[in-house]
Amino acid sequence: MTERVETQGISGEHYNFAYLDEQTKRMIRRAILKGIAVPGYQVPFAAREMPMPYGWGTGGVQVTAAVIGKNDCLKMIDQGSDDTTNAVALRNFFVETTGVDTTTKTKDASIIQTRHRIPEENLTKDQVLVYQVPIPEPLRFLEPRETETRKMHALEEYGLMHVKLYEDIAKFGHIATAYAYPVMVQDRYVMDPSPTPKFDNPKMDQMEALQLFGAGREKRIYAIPPHTKVVSLDFEDHPFEVTKFEQPCAICGAEEIYLDEVILDDAGNRMFVCSDSDFCEERRDVGHVGHLGTNPLEAEGND
Amino acid sequence: MSLDIQNSEDLPLLQVSNTTKLYGGRIGCKDVSFDLYPGEVLAIVGESGSGKTTLLNCLATRLTPTSGSVNYRNRMGQMRNLYEMSEAERRMLMRTDWGFVHQHPADGLRMTVSAGANVGERLMAVGARHYGNIRDTATDWLGRVEIAEDRIDDDPRAFSGGMRQRLQIARNLVTAPRLVFMDEPTGGLDVSVQARLLDLLRGLVADLGLSVIIVTHDLAVARLLSHRILVMRHGHVIESGLTDQVLDDPQESYTQLLVSSILQP
Repeated sequence: MTERVETQGISGEHYNFAYLDEQTKRMIRRAILKGIAVPGYQVPFAAREMPMPYGWGTGGVQVTAAVIGKNDCLKMIDQGSDDTTNAVALRNFFVETTGVDTTTKTKDASIIQTRHRIPEENLTKDQVLVYQVPIPEPLRFLEPRETETRKMHALEEYGLMHVKLYEDIAKFGHIATAYAYPVMVQDRYVMDPSPTPKFDNPKMDQMEALQLFGAGREKRIYAIPPHTKVVSLDFEDHPFEVTKFEQPCAICGAEEIYLDEVILDDAGNRMFVCSDSDFCEERRDVGHVGHLGTNPLEAEGND
Repeated sequence: MSLDIQNSEDLPLLQVSNTTKLYGGRIGCKDVSFDLYPGEVLAIVGESGSGKTTLLNCLATRLTPTSGSVNYRNRMGQMRNLYEMSEAERRMLMRTDWGFVHQHPADGLRMTVSAGANVGERLMAVGARHYGNIRDTATDWLGRVEIAEDRIDDDPRAFSGGMRQRLQIARNLVTAPRLVFMDEPTGGLDVSVQARLLDLLRGLVADLGLSVIIVTHDLAVARLLSHRILVMRHGHVIESGLTDQVLDDPQESYTQLLVSSILQP
């Protein structure tokens, strides 16, 4: 997928291809390769300052910059959507610095960089999914010492992770963690899928696409190679459950997918629509319609 | 009781020989040797700075001794040198076979998770994955250390000093350890709370047949809990023997001073 590219981006003389210099990209690729070799293990890397603030996806951007080539087709999503601020800004960043084709169609993309969501459509072996990660360490909130958490990973001491789940059940009656739900990768490393909703956890298991995770501020890269076992942690008497929605998507009628709540007015009207905007559009293109119709603002009761 | 266990009861659980810890040129503790048998409670007494806690930390693998060896008989009956074991094995010991009760409960507890989770942590660390069972065991243990059942979901931050200390004890005993280290467990508690805690400890130690090494500067605690006593001064063990014998008939002048300095109300 990647190749050494001597030419510069479409904006010409200002930036190297994909913004980072070639040595930095090699350094990041080495970290990625190590991450792939040890699934779920957090590989430290020398994250660079990026021309955007921490929290905007500097880790994911660096991973994408290290693996992207001239012939790639990039899809950029934020909360499942292609047209929210983070997605638009980062897509434009790569258009500016690489000149690659971009798409909103999941199946046309060779690299998908995401904040939060895994696309509803199954990914294939020719695709790479890059996650933007804010806090890579799943044990962090219970064990603040980095030296200690590294030791716990090394020795597979993961009892503490269940203490967190225990607290959830004791406080709320069920495992209330709805995102960043810890998973066990290939029976070895406990990993934080980071802010993806737990609805997406089962998709990580045995996924055909390569999954790469980049945390810029925390300077960590980790990976799940294709066809890797990913199991969400749980208790025998409180098994892992995905989020369920009571209604289908309001505008495309899809069921058993992840929905966003959208407030429609000041009178308490709201609707639930697909979080994956491309998935929703494709369904509407082939004629599916939800109970609020194609334009909810014109629907009855919403004027 | 099976034959194996009877046999192993005649053998020492912990063998300490010539354990020395130097801080540069200063002596932490020097040439300490003793055997600890199953079910035995050993008190280490001495004034502040005499090396009690240094010795305890050396035994509990919290501090590597400069020289000497500490051997521990595991459940399989094998005598193992603690400092030749892998770190993984040592940490496994710490959360299964051993307990460590800190002077300040905040050092030994997770202050940000509930009492139930504090007690359940060791169970989860050794693979318990059934919430209902973990909670039942936690409830049982809170009862045994006299903490009301309805406090199970409260943070230790909401507990009094005495309750925290009892919670710390429950958290350590939940995996049925064989050896518990205690560093001034009654320090900082008022006298009536101390008395209740000691009473509780004495009952638990007897019921569970625990071996205990307890560090204290309070001779009353040593007399009440321990079978044997080591008196330390300037890093050396200057006198040792049965607790009553040493406290009633001290031979060394320093021990005589220590015993005579107890205030008689």
